[in-house]
Amino acid sequence: MSTVTTADHHDEHHDHKPTGIKRWLFTTNHKDIGSLYLIFALAMFFLGGAMAMVIRLELFQPGLQFVDPQFFNQMTTMHGLIMVFGAVMPAFTGLANWMIPMMIGAPDMALPRMNNWSFWILPFAFLILIISMFLPGGGPDFGWTFYAPLSTTYSNDSTALFVFAVHIMGISSIMGAINVIVTIVNMRAPGMTWMKLPLFVWTWLITAFLLIMVMPVLAGVVTMVLTDKYFATSFFDAAGGGDPVLFQHIFWFFGHPEVYIMILPAFGIVSAIVPTFARKKLFGYASMVYATASIAILSFLVWAHHMFTTGMPVFATLFFMYTTMLIAVPTGVKVFNWVATMWRGAMTFEVPMMFALAFIVLFTIGGLSGVMLAITPADFQYHDTYFVVAHFHYVLVSGAVFSIVAAVYYWLPKWTGHMYDEKLGQLHFWCSLISVNLLFFPMHFVGLAGMPRRIPDYALQFADFNAFVSVGGFLFGLSQLIFLWVVIKCARGGVKAPAKPWDGAEGLEWEVPSPAPYHTFDTPPQVK
Amino acid sequence: MLPWIRVYYVLRFDSLLLQNVRGEVNVAKTRSWRWSLPALLLAGQAHATGIQFNMTPGVTDISQQVYDLHMTIFWICCAIGLVVFTAMFVSIILHRKSRGVTPATFHESTKVEIIWTAIPVLILIVMAIPATRVLIAMEDTSDSDVTVLITGSQWRWHYEYLDYDINYFSILATPRGQIEGRLPKGDNYLLEVDRPLVIPTGKKVRFLMTSDDVIHSWWVPAFAIKKDTNPGFINEAWTQVNEPGIYRGQCAELCGMDHGFMPIVVIAKEPDDFAKWVEQEEARIAAIREEEQRLLALRMNIEEQMELGERVYLAHCAACHQPNGTGLPPMFPALKDNYVTTQDRAEHIKVMVDGRPGTSMASFARQLSLRELTSVITYTRNAWGNDTGDVVQAVEVYEYMQGKGE
Amino acid sequence: MNAKHSTLIGKLSLLVVAMFAFGYALVPLYDVFCDITGINGKTASEPVSAEAAIIDTSREITIEFIARPNQQMPWIFKPEVRRMRVHPGEIHIMNYLAENPTGRAIVGQAVPSVSPGQAALFFHKIECFCFTQQYLAGGNDMLMPLQFYVDPALPAQFSTITLSYTLYDVTSQWQDSGQDTESEFGE
Repeated sequence: MSTVTTADHHDEHHDHKPTGIKRWLFTTNHKDIGSLYLIFALAMFFLGGAMAMVIRLELFQPGLQFVDPQFFNQMTTMHGLIMVFGAVMPAFTGLANWMIPMMIGAPDMALPRMNNWSFWILPFAFLILIISMFLPGGGPDFGWTFYAPLSTTYSNDSTALFVFAVHIMGISSIMGAINVIVTIVNMRAPGMTWMKLPLFVWTWLITAFLLIMVMPVLAGVVTMVLTDKYFATSFFDAAGGGDPVLFQHIFWFFGHPEVYIMILPAFGIVSAIVPTFARKKLFGYASMVYATASIAILSFLVWAHHMFTTGMPVFATLFFMYTTMLIAVPTGVKVFNWVATMWRGAMTFEVPMMFALAFIVLFTIGGLSGVMLAITPADFQYHDTYFVVAHFHYVLVSGAVFSIVAAVYYWLPKWTGHMYDEKLGQLHFWCSLISVNLLFFPMHFVGLAGMPRRIPDYALQFADFNAFVSVGGFLFGLSQLIFLWVVIKCARGGVKAPAKPWDGAEGLEWEVPSPAPYHTFDTPPQVK
Repeated sequence: MLPWIRVYYVLRFDSLLLQNVRGEVNVAKTRSWRWSLPALLLAGQAHATGIQFNMTPGVTDISQQVYDLHMTIFWICCAIGLVVFTAMFVSIILHRKSRGVTPATFHESTKVEIIWTAIPVLILIVMAIPATRVLIAMEDTSDSDVTVLITGSQWRWHYEYLDYDINYFSILATPRGQIEGRLPKGDNYLLEVDRPLVIPTGKKVRFLMTSDDVIHSWWVPAFAIKKDTNPGFINEAWTQVNEPGIYRGQCAELCGMDHGFMPIVVIAKEPDDFAKWVEQEEARIAAIREEEQRLLALRMNIEEQMELGERVYLAHCAACHQPNGTGLPPMFPALKDNYVTTQDRAEHIKVMVDGRPGTSMASFARQLSLRELTSVITYTRNAWGNDTGDVVQAVEVYEYMQGKGE
Repeated sequence: MNAKHSTLIGKLSLLVVAMFAFGYALVPLYDVFCDITGINGKTASEPVSAEAAIIDTSREITIEFIARPNQQMPWIFKPEVRRMRVHPGEIHIMNYLAENPTGRAIVGQAVPSVSPGQAALFFHKIECFCFTQQYLAGGNDMLMPLQFYVDPALPAQFSTITLSYTLYDVTSQWQDSGQDTESEFGE
């Protein structure tokens, strides 16, 4: 999206960089790599979205109309994998690449070559994953959670490719995380003390630690799946002394912190945008930092709340129920702090602020349904129904994705040097807001009424809601084309953006010109 | 509200009427669902329309407690949401730049922050107390009156009564024509089985759960039971149903291709009726056994076998090998023009009886009666142009099962 | 790359390796955790010595025996009785009948599971056919014994213990790795 602008800098600043494809292949510049990550994430967002459209098309009416059940399962699996590992995580990494060095007054990321690697292995991971769908027997169809033994004894041969792809994604994430930590710890400008760091930097630092802690566990569990399937180990096979429930313990030991990996940077983004447009300092900065850290620590103690129906003894169930409920406390603190930041501010409602406000409301709804899900006896009824699907889409789509979109609108002027089209942006916002609720809100009802998730066909009493949800889905999908158009339009030209387009904004990134020059802060700024 | 939705709906509604699709709203009561969405859009009277919006209170004391707990937590969450969103929207309306306000400068207050950390903790404790109570009530290992061993497999349920000589498979009864849209959909589309589980009312029924292949999850909302069936391990749940009735549920854990097509139907009968059913069922199973012995001496003709074989094939085999025998290679090989089904008769019987270890092909020796097993082998050897002309007889399959075939 | 970076990268890489190892360590840790808490109803895979326990005649526990061959295992496999009422502390023997109706030799492995899971901690096996793989020639049958007692320390809330065995066909694994044990089982 910033191809054009960075090319402009080439002329202006006489940077030594190759042109054409080589520039992008060999770049070690954090802004280039940030752009690559963001473009890749956007492409994956549309690919994963297209798969969601297939799912909603099939579910539009009862009966099997368009795809067979096996392909449907591949769609749900690939949709999950692509959105989690291909869209949300790379988008956050892209934002980190672009913004963290500028926010802490560093000239670049600490490890530029590794940065290049961590991006460029990513497209290959997804290429492998997508190719696996064209093998005879199809791609992975066991859900993104790949529960054993469905993913071991009973899976098709594309599982090997799936495992390989997940390994590459894991390596890419770990390298990215190491880079973020080293950059933040070692490269802050003089005077940029810990408690002066912008919250986006703080949340990313904590996210990076989570990544380093859990991605290796994911690598371990996929390796166990691989050896169980092809090399006669029996980690998860009862016949050989293993236990299929063990898989879920290890997977969710990764999986639950992973959920926070996808939401903590969003907290950072919203904590940057709300004060800017409320023209008031963020309320409770210190408590925000502590709340983020407590969420991260608690995330290691709650994994088995995904497994209440596996038949755990009461004391374990109670333990995981209480820890899960406890997470609501620091999360609540964050929401209250944002509301307090708005309170008696002087708000304006440009597109980034609109998305941030929608984030707060919709993420809170997702958080409250999360509290409901923590209540174990009720969870026996909610588990693996559309209620859960509604819950995590509220948190991930109107949560994580909305925050990424807000961030893009917020920093687009800095990246491209042009203001985005406010009218089109507002149109995008309202279309997204309405359709996302048409799409996900009825899922709560259909889940409570008893529709299980991951089914290609359903009983007739769910028909009305599903038709409604599908229409919402198509509208949400179409609305994102407006976003694509706004971004392309902004990259190609528009009203010239000043260094600081938002009058309430604070932070080092607004002290460099717009568009940000190819090299920034070659001499570190002095932070007062 | 959004007229195009209404237009779309009317169109869709008409097309459904053409197909004469009938529907069912609630598992227990039948109402018309056709009018629900227009009614929702036009009148907004959601409750009168019969769409189910909420969790079922169910038919057991436990399910009622779960429902009450769910509603308590729901209202608490609504109250929290209301407070937070009110504060937010008041701020959005009053504290906007266009009203000419100057922003305040406060940005922390230890007192306020402690309060809004402490209050949620208190609310959570209030939530945790009833949750813990219900959870402990669900855990009751005292003696039961009836015990049923439930075994999940791809994609059918097996019920075995430990107190009686009864065990059988329960599979989806919805015809494929309804799923593929060639036939109008019935009231209990996808929620009907050939042989439901039958339990007595007013008695404590214990379910032991396990699986033969992957993880499934046995879920009947009306009992508030959802428990995973783990291969090689055993799980336990119990219920005591107060009212006789038919209760429907589904598999709730992704278990492969036909995960969406393995429903659960439970019929709760008064103890007397239940006792009668047990008698009948034991007699039925004994009759099948007797028939099997008789069958060994008998020769079935090809017409009879083809007819039964087709029914068995569509119920048990067509999900993977497809109704037209083309399969879904390479996971599920085609049976049409297959070497085993057209040439190697001994291997064909062996695979049907023993299964193929390491693949999804299960052993059907215990899943099908000898008569069904024999017929489906004959059917696959003659359908879709396989035309081998083979008529397999029960005695041949029986001999293999007894180890004489090798 | 300066020294400050290298040290930090070194530490972080160490953390990555440690967490990968931790993922694998979860496998034995889980077993230990299960042994302590009975979380998944696994019973001990080693025999316990028969201690002269005090017999608690004040209460009776129902033991339910479930035996299922896995669907790809052609053996007939069932317990002699479905239920047994025992006093905690008493030593009992329960026989399981196994029959191989096929024409070929098959090796079976029984996998035990106890419900409720916590009761597994109080269910002690002195001798069990599930400790080893079982070889059965085609057309033969045999009785497989289980000698057990229920710990008198079993908490009062448990009145029924269900012991389930799932029997798997492990012939392929036995042939792969069990050459030297062949003489032990070969009949």
